[in-house]
Amino acid sequence: MNRHLLVGSGIAALTAAESIRQSDPSARLLMVSEEAEPFYSRPGLAYLLKGDVPERQLRIRSPGEIEALGLERVTGRVARVSAVGRQVTLADGRKLGFDRLLLATGAASIAPAFPGAELRGVVRLDSLGDAREILRLAGRGRTAVVVGGGSTALELVEGVRARGMRTHYFMRGDRYWARVLDPVESGLVEARLAESGVRIHRHTEVAAAVGHAGRLRAVDTAAGGRIPCDLLAVATGVRPRLELAQEAGLAVERGILVEKSLETSQPDIFAAGDVAQAYDPTAGRAVLDTLWSTAEEQGRVAGLNMAGGGVAYGKRVARNVTCLAGVVTAVIGDVGGEEDLDLVTITRGQSEAWSGGPATLTVSERGREDRIRLRLGPRTIVGAVIMGSQSLAEPLAQLIAARTDLSSLLPALWEQPASLRVLLQRFRSGQVPAGDRDVQALVAR
Amino acid sequence: MGHRTTLPTDQDRLRMLRDGWIASVPGRCVQCGICSYNCPMGIDVRSYSRLGLTIDDPRCFRCGSCVSHCPRSTLVAVVAEPAA
Repeated sequence: MNRHLLVGSGIAALTAAESIRQSDPSARLLMVSEEAEPFYSRPGLAYLLKGDVPERQLRIRSPGEIEALGLERVTGRVARVSAVGRQVTLADGRKLGFDRLLLATGAASIAPAFPGAELRGVVRLDSLGDAREILRLAGRGRTAVVVGGGSTALELVEGVRARGMRTHYFMRGDRYWARVLDPVESGLVEARLAESGVRIHRHTEVAAAVGHAGRLRAVDTAAGGRIPCDLLAVATGVRPRLELAQEAGLAVERGILVEKSLETSQPDIFAAGDVAQAYDPTAGRAVLDTLWSTAEEQGRVAGLNMAGGGVAYGKRVARNVTCLAGVVTAVIGDVGGEEDLDLVTITRGQSEAWSGGPATLTVSERGREDRIRLRLGPRTIVGAVIMGSQSLAEPLAQLIAARTDLSSLLPALWEQPASLRVLLQRFRSGQVPAGDRDVQALVAR
Repeated sequence: MGHRTTLPTDQDRLRMLRDGWIASVPGRCVQCGICSYNCPMGIDVRSYSRLGLTIDDPRCFRCGSCVSHCPRSTLVAVVAEPAA
């Protein structure tokens, strides 16, 4: 009987467990994690904070499904992995042997570096426990300050605002999420935040968190201001939890480097999810992804291979859908982006494949909150940001993923961005084969 | 076949009841459970949407509550168009 040991309890580890069980009904499945919670939706924490769902609703498997999985869960922190000895040692001294090991340790928010970061009331959002603490603080406090960028910062801003707190959002730069959004898109999000009563402070940095008796009382800004507050939430990026892999001598860069099988540099040790750094054929390099769908797919493939499946992980075009200040926003492929002063590292819900790559331009824009921005390569659409209506998201995602040659269409798109919708709707319904002549004929109409 | 991310209203509702269904877009769901939480019939919509499946439950009357509550536009109301 094979012993499969999974470190972590996020979606990558859970999906791996499910795919191992499917392939090998008799395997022994052991999962070690610091969290003892039932499996929950990490992205769903945003909606828990806003009050859209109660906590129990975030559980992603029923008790029956968990029982059928036949998983032994161990609560504890793994202190050491011995690749040669094929065992892990927990912080409390327990030792667990394995035939195959999965490291799905995820990523953790970067700890703030300003003085006072250890005060009660200074929070980050990594786990259900963090969300509970934020809700507790919001329940008794009146004013919150949020610093950082990306979707997590916005989840925090929207969450504490929805809980009735006076909310200040500090940005180091002059606009929101410059790494992924263009100035118009940033402006749209900021305007909606302002309408909901969030006070945005541009070019503003925290100099120190100020407290009394160990509890946060105010935030001092680098410009010399002071804002009294009860909660300071920090979201300046996440870093893969690499320590175990590094100490075990696995090959790492920013994440744990994995082969197509998702095996690490050590045989029988696999990695998946936010901690893994997998080759992206489009970007031409190994990249980090902190995306739910990536973690789910990597968990599935790693599990199949741990059970002896011989399946290759084919990295899909990086994509995420998120709700930014109430506007559904899909980010697909390479969308460009500028330096983002609010983020030290990758943020949650992001892919490194979204920045860099070929030089491209914005071509399409529609109404105020229904907006599509395309990045065009010489022959293909390489990326898209779709805000508001998502009816074109899937056909665009397919074109981007398939790198469909649209070279005869692109000049017309530059001239008539409005033809995009007609073209894609017909493309999706199968009326437009990908052949250049057909595309040209359609646009000529 | 027409796809809508928001629900039809007025007489369209009848067409939705007769000729419509609720589908989910594969790869979008993050399993937050808002869809199941807001289903008036108590259907575990998430168990379909997390797999990118069409909601296949005799209790579903295509009210679209899950569609309008999904924060990621994972769920879509689909109405079959009459043949031209």
